[in-house]
Amino acid sequence: MKYIDEFRDKEIVKGLISAINASARAKINLMEVCGTHTMAIFRSGIKQILPSSIDLISGPGCPVCVTSQSDIDRMLSLARNKDIVITTFGDMLKVPGTKGSLEKENAGGADIRIVYSPLDALAIAGREPRKEVVFLAVGFETTAPVIASVVSDAAQKKIGNFSIYSCHKTIPPAMKALLEAQELQIDGFLCPGHVTSIIGSRAYDFIAADYGIPCVVSGFEPTDILETVLMLIRQKEKNRACVEVQYARAVRRQGNVKAQEMMDRVFEPADADWRGLGSIPQSGLRLRKEYGSFDAAVKFRIPSFKTTEPRGCICGDVLRGVKTPQQCRLFAKACTPENPFGPCMVSSEGTCAAWFKYNRD
Amino acid sequence: MDEKILLAHGSGGKLTHRLLSEIVFPAFSNPILKKCEDAAVVPLEGTCAFTTDSFVIQPIFFPGGDIGKLSVCGTVNDLAVMGARPRYLTAACIIEEGLGVSVLRTVVASMAQAAKKAGVQIVGGDLKVVEKGACDKIFINTTGIGLILKTCRISANNARPGDCVIINGTIGDHGAAVMSARKDYKLRSSIRSDCACLNGLIERVLRAAPGVHVMRDPTRGGVATTLKEIALQSNVEILIEEDALPVNGPVRGLCEILGIDPLYMANEGKVLVFAPAKDAQKIIAAMRKHPLGKRAAVIGRVTSRPARSDTPHVLLHTSIGSTRIIDMLSGGQLPRIC
Amino acid sequence: MCLAIPVRIIKLDGTHAEVDANGVRRDADVRFVDDVKAGDYILLHAGFAIEKIDEQQARETLELLKNIYYDQ
Repeated sequence: MKYIDEFRDKEIVKGLISAINASARAKINLMEVCGTHTMAIFRSGIKQILPSSIDLISGPGCPVCVTSQSDIDRMLSLARNKDIVITTFGDMLKVPGTKGSLEKENAGGADIRIVYSPLDALAIAGREPRKEVVFLAVGFETTAPVIASVVSDAAQKKIGNFSIYSCHKTIPPAMKALLEAQELQIDGFLCPGHVTSIIGSRAYDFIAADYGIPCVVSGFEPTDILETVLMLIRQKEKNRACVEVQYARAVRRQGNVKAQEMMDRVFEPADADWRGLGSIPQSGLRLRKEYGSFDAAVKFRIPSFKTTEPRGCICGDVLRGVKTPQQCRLFAKACTPENPFGPCMVSSEGTCAAWFKYNRD
Repeated sequence: MDEKILLAHGSGGKLTHRLLSEIVFPAFSNPILKKCEDAAVVPLEGTCAFTTDSFVIQPIFFPGGDIGKLSVCGTVNDLAVMGARPRYLTAACIIEEGLGVSVLRTVVASMAQAAKKAGVQIVGGDLKVVEKGACDKIFINTTGIGLILKTCRISANNARPGDCVIINGTIGDHGAAVMSARKDYKLRSSIRSDCACLNGLIERVLRAAPGVHVMRDPTRGGVATTLKEIALQSNVEILIEEDALPVNGPVRGLCEILGIDPLYMANEGKVLVFAPAKDAQKIIAAMRKHPLGKRAAVIGRVTSRPARSDTPHVLLHTSIGSTRIIDMLSGGQLPRIC
Repeated sequence: MCLAIPVRIIKLDGTHAEVDANGVRRDADVRFVDDVKAGDYILLHAGFAIEKIDEQQARETLELLKNIYYDQ
């Protein structure tokens, strides 16, 4: 497939590994903050062919995993409402709340429908005017403009039976929070390619300038990730810290201005609760007042819940990169994809799921 | 207007007889069925293989087949992979009240066509009708019996270090066809299910290489799950070459869009064969001469399980030269956005 | 997070496009990308084009990568 296969070329991979081996001397900790990167790294087995001096750490890059237990419980309470059709991306289906999951609610009679695009959720609302359709809006900046467009369309078409439950979050504030916490040594960031297609590589300038940490925006194929690693090593070796773009075929410095404008029209920054990182200022997105009628939390007056995180679950530590899944005493024993304790195990991009699926030895 | 099936059609009286005599018996026409006894009496001498399976697929019509074809091929294949020649099937249908008679007619015709192609006879069955909502349009159970071919000693316990792993064609076609038929994802493609009876292909393979150790059809859970089952039962490790896996272009496109892996998608016209390495070329040649084996390929090999490992693994040697584990499917594969 | 794949535009009608991935087709909303035409590649995410693939940049990246082996 074009723009995929060429970037999986074996010979190029060999060349990159050679170059990395030649450049890498000191121990270096590189963090990726994108669940799609986590999966790509594990599926291609890249860690195995990198020199042991390079530690590729997974950070809080899975939007499902960083959704707070409270948000999940509130979404489940919406699912239990008999007048509501829940529409969602497939990723959310098995995530456990304090009690149950969307999958279990579905088995219990709730109307839960998986969609590929939120446009399809809006179409359902159009076709079934007697039902209330709620879309679970989970995702980072790649998905936020898409959701914003659908809300904007709903407003224009005056579709009154459609609303969203927004747990959108933004990445740069989370990266800042990680650095401020100073829990581990981060020598460089692999920045998320598709988030950056939207927000532009200039969004990471503050990380290089204020914290002196190299940032390289990476694509998702094996050669992209390896080239990014090489670029980060070379910056570190030269004691440089700047923002570079490896994924130049899809990322510009200013990002996608039209998408940013749409996001900005419909959403405004708000403080948000991240599982594992706590409350991070201005790291979430909430609907602006003008679009308040599309806010499911208000429309259905969802109560707050007393939530309890499962005992022994260290998803928080795993999300901050300070522990690996294998250091969790529940991992692969009590906590498995069939019986997950926390979202990191069940989410398609969760770090624990990736370790379980690809890397158990 | 299409006549609808009513609860009365399942009560055993005149309406039931009408359905059977107008639709079922003419389609499955054979001397044993014509006797209309309470049980089919069949001549069989020797060691038999005996299997049953229930089919509840949604949607019931998909590109490349329907639930009827699937119910015959699925059971024929379960017998064939044991090294048996499938002979007789029964078919029990549970129908939801309100299903169109024309739907039943089409499904039964598919079953008849598949049975004829496979050389099996449907010699008995049952028909029930349940209230609306008690089942989803139509569920079918087929049971099959066949005679084990003399030289066969095939079992999932039999994989040996050094064996080659062969598949007769492209992976994930059935799962991809069903996914693309689901209106929710609004995808348009020419992907068709590979649903087919494999007994003809398998007999050719066994004639060319009677020493086959294991055969299994990778249905639900895909090639990955079936390989893991064999690794566990035979207590061996299996190494698969990513570059050797045959995947159709559009199946790959669908998997990339939805974020799913063809290794975990169902196949209904594929067989995995484990045999001594020296037989690999003979088996490939025999498969490629058959219409269902044109893209047959060696996809991996069996190795001994290392002493230190806690469980027998299935490993993938990736296109970029690394090795990682392939696990069993847990739960269903869902399209992801993340 | 953010599964997006390069797909080719087959047909274009205002902000609606029909896109193709190796023979699988879907509708896509292209309101976020300027200056696209049939034959161009875009990144498809959740039914939207989030960016146009810069073919020139893609070629340059590949050239650079192919030469890395020789630049040791």
